[in-house]
Amino acid sequence: MDQFNLEIISPEKSFLTKSDTEEVVIPAIEGYMGILKDHIPLISFLKPGIIDVRSKNETLNYYVDDGIVEFKDNTLSILTSNIFDLKKMDKNKVDKIVKDAEEGLKKENIKDHERYILDQKIEVLNSIKSN
Amino acid sequence: MPSLDDLRKRITSVKSTQKITKAMKMVAAAKLRKAQENAEKGRPYSEKMNNIILNLSAGVSDPQSAPKLLVGTGKEDAHLCVVLTSDRGLCGGFNSNIIKKAKNYFEKIQKEGKSLKIITVGSKGYDQLKRQYGKNIIENISFKESKNINYFDATKVGNLIIEKFQNEEFDFCTIFFNKFKNVISQIPQAQQIIPLENKNKNKDEKLESNYEFEPDEDEILSNLLPKNISTQIFKAMLENSASEQGSRMTAMDNATRNAGDLVDKLTIQYNRSRQAAITKELIEIISGAESL
Repeated sequence: MDQFNLEIISPEKSFLTKSDTEEVVIPAIEGYMGILKDHIPLISFLKPGIIDVRSKNETLNYYVDDGIVEFKDNTLSILTSNIFDLKKMDKNKVDKIVKDAEEGLKKENIKDHERYILDQKIEVLNSIKSN
Repeated sequence: MPSLDDLRKRITSVKSTQKITKAMKMVAAAKLRKAQENAEKGRPYSEKMNNIILNLSAGVSDPQSAPKLLVGTGKEDAHLCVVLTSDRGLCGGFNSNIIKKAKNYFEKIQKEGKSLKIITVGSKGYDQLKRQYGKNIIENISFKESKNINYFDATKVGNLIIEKFQNEEFDFCTIFFNKFKNVISQIPQAQQIIPLENKNKNKDEKLESNYEFEPDEDEILSNLLPKNISTQIFKAMLENSASEQGSRMTAMDNATRNAGDLVDKLTIQYNRSRQAAITKELIEIISGAESL
């Protein structure tokens, strides 16, 4: 399969750069989106979910809270402030994020949009836990 | 003329001060390397973010409907200034340079009769500003507890600014920090973040406008701009921390050298007066023997 470049950048550092990516599935705000080589230029942003990076030899999975995605000239850039490797995520961490999100939901003046994001977060994290 | 004992005490005390400044210099040098590294690592994120916003704002055709964070509120009445300083002293002119720059700006605003609000980040800035501008300071934030500069802290400041902007407490927002040029020179900077300054607008750069947006441009933009505020603040914090360490290193280097000079001077003075005392004693003995 054709390969393209992927860079995941967090504010603190460049999190991951790969040049042999074949397919990336991202949790875009309006639903999961698969990106292959020669996708048209795209800008979108992410909801809480799992990024699935597939290359020839390996598949990497990351959990993200939010982020911005840009695809241009066969380079996919993902800017995110909160990203974790699924393999390195332990149960306590997941529990803590779920708890924070649940507390956020209890606030009274929460907007519909925020509620949606938090609901998503809890759903995704619970599915991680059950696996 | 100080006595021999006084001189000896003075020399020891200057020497121990020198040891402290030397140690601080070395610590600052080690921290500087790390801070510089962090600043470099953080660069791609803010650059990319800037690029995307540039691409997006190029597509905004109607300034009426554009997000206020981008084009401003249309008024020019209230200014918010965010002054980023350090929490620790002994770093030369680092803090005073920022404060000087900020004060100039404050004066200009007050002369124009506009209202001024200040947020200080870092306790040193607060200490220096509270006497003259105490009533203008609306918030004083300090991250003394966090060991490293992290994005989370920056978002705290960013969210505070956005909240105040949404409550229409101000129309303009400027941040003050030191830009790291090299170890010796750090340049105090004022950067306007609300509304966003579009420096590259005139540059005739080829902006790709054939992006696919999901969801539409306006929504992405209104989501992105608040994030950009935090990113800009984070960038400023990184630059600031590198500048702080650089400034401290130079200041401590100077202090060590000065202490060395002082020790040399005092040692010469000590030896001279010791010699003088011995000569005096000898003369006394000789003249005593002669008179016998």
